[in-house]
Amino acid sequence: MRHRLAFQVGPVAFRIGSAWRAPIDALGALYAGYPEPEDGICDFTVRLEPEQPWRRWLRPSVAIRGDYMLPDAMPMALAHGLLAAEMGMNLQMALGQKRYLLLHAASVEKGGRSLILTGESGAGKSTLAALLGERGWRLMGDEFALLDLASGALHPFPRAVSLKNGAIAVVEREVIPTRFGPRLDGTPKGAIRHMRPAADALQRMGEGAPPALILFPRFGVAEEVRPVGQAEIFMRLTQASTNYVALGAAGFDALTRLVSETPAAAIDYPDTDAAVALVEDLWRQAA
Amino acid sequence: MRDARLLVQALRDPDSLHDPDWSALVATARAEQLIGSLAARLAGKAVPPRVEAILESARRDSAYARTQALWEAEMCRRALAPLGMPAILLKGTAFHAADLDAAEGRSVGDLDILVPRDRIEEAEAALIAAGWERMKAAEGYDDQYYRRWMHELPPLIHHTRDRMIDVHHTILPLTARPRPDATALIADSVVLESGLRMLSPADMIVHAAAHLLADGDLAGGLRNLWDIDRLLREFAARDDDFWRKLAERSRLHQLRGPVALALRLARRLYGTPVDRVVAGRTRLGDRLFEARLLARNGWGQERHKALRFAFYIRSHWLRMPPLMLARHLWVKARA
Amino acid sequence: MAAPRYVADPVEDIRTVALDGLCVLYHARSGATHIVAPPVPEILEALREGPAGAAELLRRLERQFEIEGDGIAARLEELEAAGLVRRA
Repeated sequence: MRHRLAFQVGPVAFRIGSAWRAPIDALGALYAGYPEPEDGICDFTVRLEPEQPWRRWLRPSVAIRGDYMLPDAMPMALAHGLLAAEMGMNLQMALGQKRYLLLHAASVEKGGRSLILTGESGAGKSTLAALLGERGWRLMGDEFALLDLASGALHPFPRAVSLKNGAIAVVEREVIPTRFGPRLDGTPKGAIRHMRPAADALQRMGEGAPPALILFPRFGVAEEVRPVGQAEIFMRLTQASTNYVALGAAGFDALTRLVSETPAAAIDYPDTDAAVALVEDLWRQAA
Repeated sequence: MRDARLLVQALRDPDSLHDPDWSALVATARAEQLIGSLAARLAGKAVPPRVEAILESARRDSAYARTQALWEAEMCRRALAPLGMPAILLKGTAFHAADLDAAEGRSVGDLDILVPRDRIEEAEAALIAAGWERMKAAEGYDDQYYRRWMHELPPLIHHTRDRMIDVHHTILPLTARPRPDATALIADSVVLESGLRMLSPADMIVHAAAHLLADGDLAGGLRNLWDIDRLLREFAARDDDFWRKLAERSRLHQLRGPVALALRLARRLYGTPVDRVVAGRTRLGDRLFEARLLARNGWGQERHKALRFAFYIRSHWLRMPPLMLARHLWVKARA
Repeated sequence: MAAPRYVADPVEDIRTVALDGLCVLYHARSGATHIVAPPVPEILEALREGPAGAAELLRRLERQFEIEGDGIAARLEELEAAGLVRRA
């Protein structure tokens, strides 16, 4: 392909090819400091290409393609090419990742042990993880947590954090401007701004950590901590995993082990400061 | 890499790879649904660690595909058992159920079975009683089209397992010019341990060739041709009389041309040892088929749009007489 | 028509993990995971003595547990639909 970029996020190497220069330039700036694939070999290929040949120039629209694709994926405006690249990478992980049990979850690390934050989209796990990453924790990832099938440890996947709408201003207050990508308005998910994680998240992206606590956060409700039964946790985590079924017995063993050995709770919180305080409190009890 | 030749080379002779462009090889193999077969071919070979991890993931995927395919077949067997009718597994599920070499790393989409034409409605009713459902999209024009002109029922989907089954009564649409002998397909089928059946080896090749060349636009053709390579090598090694039987069955099913072409293409691309007489003489058009099969680059992109389109038109022409094609395109365009 | 008799897959085909009162089963043949409550694990266990209909199964279960008999036939039908037991 005409324009291309390859880099590694945690244990996963991507190559992104594009028919246009702009998305690759934006991606290169956002992912500055990420290592090149160690051996030049990539796990996944993402392609940004015109939906039809003439749409390269005429009202350019970006089709998100690659090793794994959704047949009915909507093309995106070229101005949102960076988001298209991110979505393409996420899609490869969601559909193609079979090396680890993939949980749709954010994760952070402290003292060599990890905290898993999972919940429905909009529950605030991305924002919460991003803030914890600026306040003494190491951000392991805001979107996917990779559970090792053999060791049970969590591997980092510190892609650029995807901040949406109201969360953008909350995080902008705490992070230097050079770590942000451009603000993208009017995307299918509203306003989006990507943020490169802090330096330690990048330097230690090869370092996993065993899980010590699972939290199901919910934003916008009065503060509360609720216990969750193990069978319910198991069910919620299978729903939060895109590859649980495909991993067969290995996935079952890894997930039942995680649920049996790791304390968990559901937390409701009215604002992010309350959430951070709650997390620190529960972490002290679990540790 | 401008075409899929590296993938073909890797499948044909894995030891001939010397520091290839692995990212390109993996992307092409995924696009052609051959990553599982590649992983099987490269098992035990020295490859870089990241490639080994990619292939290991593909093997895990293949194991899952096999479990699912065999389970769908088993649930279908349980549903049809009280009817006492022969149910013949087709394509990938049959390869897995019979543990053929072609099953190694083979992904499987829907479950395809063949039943006697006069009992197909009975089979459909039993499947529906066991939890399969008609799909919404199959109503109206499409449903009528299937029932009148196709070689199968409109697909059914299982309401909890979300997997599709295609129930066929022959192996080509009734609109196609060749008329395979469905009664002979069933009469010669081979019973498996479970009680389900598969086609006889020669008929299995005839079906694979029909599927590759007489029914479709060659999308996924490299995979279908790889099936043929694996099947031919295994069947010819098992039975000294195999090539004679294949010649006889391809004549019986009016598919001599497609079978001969499939043999020539398998020899050309995968180096399959084939019988010279059954394969016939090389024709000028063989190179076009080869180019179409290889029309994919190292980024997994489709190449040669014009050639692909030509084969698309050919596929519709093959399936339908011209007037019917006009009607089909007209109805589709208005939908 | 006689009441149907059922068989279950052997114990090595089903992995079982207890999670506070409930049970998660991994069924190797189908690759499916099921979350089940009593008396389902007990039914599967009792069926492994050999094929049985609902009445015979109830007799086997009563040797070990206090159990209400009227739900057994319905549980067996559910288990059959899930593929965990099949007709003998």
